[in-house]
Amino acid sequence: MYEFDWSSIPGALPFLAKGMLVSLEIMVAAVVIGIVWGTLLAMMRLSSIKPLSWFAAGYVNTFRAIPLVMVLLWFFLIVPHLLEQLLGVPRGTDMRLGSAIAGFALFEAAYYSEIIRAGIQSVSKGQMAAASALGMNYWQSMRLVVLPQAFRNMVPLLLTQGIILFQDTSLVYVSALADFFGTASKVGDRDGRLVEMLLFAGAVYFVLCFSASQLVRFYQKRLKTA
Amino acid sequence: MHSNRIALAALVASTLLSAPAFAQESATLKKIKEIGAITLGHRESSIPFSYYDDKQQVIGYSQEIMLKVVDAVKAELNLSKLDVKMMPVTSANRIPLIQNGSVDIECGSTTNNTERQKQVGFSNTIFVIGTKLMAKKNSGINDFPDLAGKNVVTTAGTTSERLLRKMNEDKKMGMSVISAKDHGESFLTLETGRAVAFMMDDALLYGETAKAKRPADWSVVGKAQSMEAYGCMLRKDDAGFKKVVDKAIAGLMTSGEAEKIYNKWFMNPIPPKGLNLNMPLSDEMRALFKSPNDKAFD
Amino acid sequence: MAYNWNWEVFLQPSATGSGTYFDWMVYGFKTTIGLSLTAWLIALLLGALVGVLRTVPNKLLSGIAAAYVEVFRNIPLLVQLFLWYFVLPELLPTELGNAFKQSNPFVQQFLSSMLCLGLFTSARVAEQVRSGIESLPRGQKNAGLAIGFTLPQTYRYVLLPMAFRLVVPPLTSEFLNIFKNSAVCSTIGLLELAAQGRQLVDYTAQPYESFIAVTLAYVVINVTVMVLMRRVEARVRVPGFIGGK
Repeated sequence: MYEFDWSSIPGALPFLAKGMLVSLEIMVAAVVIGIVWGTLLAMMRLSSIKPLSWFAAGYVNTFRAIPLVMVLLWFFLIVPHLLEQLLGVPRGTDMRLGSAIAGFALFEAAYYSEIIRAGIQSVSKGQMAAASALGMNYWQSMRLVVLPQAFRNMVPLLLTQGIILFQDTSLVYVSALADFFGTASKVGDRDGRLVEMLLFAGAVYFVLCFSASQLVRFYQKRLKTA
Repeated sequence: MHSNRIALAALVASTLLSAPAFAQESATLKKIKEIGAITLGHRESSIPFSYYDDKQQVIGYSQEIMLKVVDAVKAELNLSKLDVKMMPVTSANRIPLIQNGSVDIECGSTTNNTERQKQVGFSNTIFVIGTKLMAKKNSGINDFPDLAGKNVVTTAGTTSERLLRKMNEDKKMGMSVISAKDHGESFLTLETGRAVAFMMDDALLYGETAKAKRPADWSVVGKAQSMEAYGCMLRKDDAGFKKVVDKAIAGLMTSGEAEKIYNKWFMNPIPPKGLNLNMPLSDEMRALFKSPNDKAFD
Repeated sequence: MAYNWNWEVFLQPSATGSGTYFDWMVYGFKTTIGLSLTAWLIALLLGALVGVLRTVPNKLLSGIAAAYVEVFRNIPLLVQLFLWYFVLPELLPTELGNAFKQSNPFVQQFLSSMLCLGLFTSARVAEQVRSGIESLPRGQKNAGLAIGFTLPQTYRYVLLPMAFRLVVPPLTSEFLNIFKNSAVCSTIGLLELAAQGRQLVDYTAQPYESFIAVTLAYVVINVTVMVLMRRVEARVRVPGFIGGK
């Protein structure tokens, strides 16, 4: 049987904590950018201006057809080169974190926009009609009437997507960025204790994601009874 | 067609050489000066060349040489302050990262060969190795022919990977070749019994034993399949930057400083477990220290 | 842009002497398809079972099913994959672990990936099946029991035939996901599509061509699956129900 040796974990905690910060940083940045960009995409998709709606549909469908790993590799290996060629961005700035965030945000925006589109559509047409009867223009009625209600309904879904995103941040492994999982596997590699480190990482992810999803569920229940 | 291209290249080269003002102009140096920072590529588990100690600091033979090169760059550009950024690379992504400008220079365990010279530039050689095998003592694996029909691991993106796959095709040996992400993972594959042998650069194989649970269990065997020269990787066609780097490395070697660094990493106990690799200076290395050069072996 | 486009790179013989680089792509493509389909089979069977168990009155059974779903949903796929590939063989009895580790590496990588993807996806399938069953009017179950069916019979003849037809549309997106998620398996060295793409970058130094080709291949898979599933969805649609249009 395998002899467990957990002794390398306590010493590695500071590095693991640092890695967790990187993971959280990516998640928060990607969620914020993803929701903003996703909302714009959803509004474009529902817009009556055809080219806008085509663009949004094309964007969403393309990103939903490609594996996240491929998107991250594109952003890690190819996009920096492209930016440099096209925009003259100075070389050598460490773009790993930036490119990871950009990759996640652009990718997740496609998923967020679908959630938000469904949310907007779930607000009844009468609300929009009532708003324009009050003399509001399109943007006013979107901003003051439709979106607030839509977001209220969508919060649980958006949060759940956030939890999925947090799990997905482990994929920055492919770009050698030291997030929580990357750090755990590196320390495990270094000390020849990969088995223990992987089990530990799995447990940490489980505890975090499970508690978060319970909170979302609790919130959802309150929303329903309210 | 081919000879035409060579003639053209020669013509271009001669015009470049005859215009030293151009040779000095280096995109990399210019950039380093502009932003006041340089990005170094390093490895995470190339023991004893470039790897993490238990405080996640990068250490090793190549790392020390690279830091000396950074000093030289700083002096060349008359900078009072130079930010040094570290970026970990793997065998599989180091070339794209140099090409796309993420990394300015990488000193780790990268072989300089003619095929790679089409994609990136190389500095003066910093180390010479032979590609061999590591296997468990008493496992009956003593040389490459013993590997027929067995699982063999090597690291993805290395010259060993190509040699091994080619040998497998050419000699119909029926090996199953596992390509692991990094040397640490390759060794793990060997140590956990997934493979009977690990093909890699001999110095790295000795390095891997330094972190084995039982170092005495492992031995490095087999006839070297190739001699290889490690160089620092730079962007291609950046003569100005290469000149500065080459000069710094040559200086280390002829002044005897390089041998001191060598002894520190190959003849003395090293982290993480304080093992001494006991790898005396080879004839090839001695020759290199005497007359530094940037020649590839193939 | 200073880049030498060279699409002919795919026709060149590969550096290791085994066919052309295009053959590498084909090999990766086949691996991705084979892996995804076998994993999908596991996901469907297990997912249906666990989803049904979540709705049964027996507290123990539904509890186990709920725990199963939570475990596989709350650990990142990559971590699960590493647990299957690196950790599990160490925890098996030594004999069995060694036998597994000394088998053909492709078989090891494929089996680990298949189990990992299959179980990971089965938790999601289970959730869809459960919500499909729960979306049925309560009267259906009661009616089944009232005419003298046992609980298993009620499931077999009344609830499941309806529920399975209702969950086809949401399952389509899980089916699409499994192809995309299979790209994660490149991290343990399985030479599927994404891994071959990365190898091509390394061997040919033509990153754009390699990445574009691999990305297009995923888009092709995605579109094909979508078209096929549309036809399936049209055939199983339940008129008058949500999604029945």
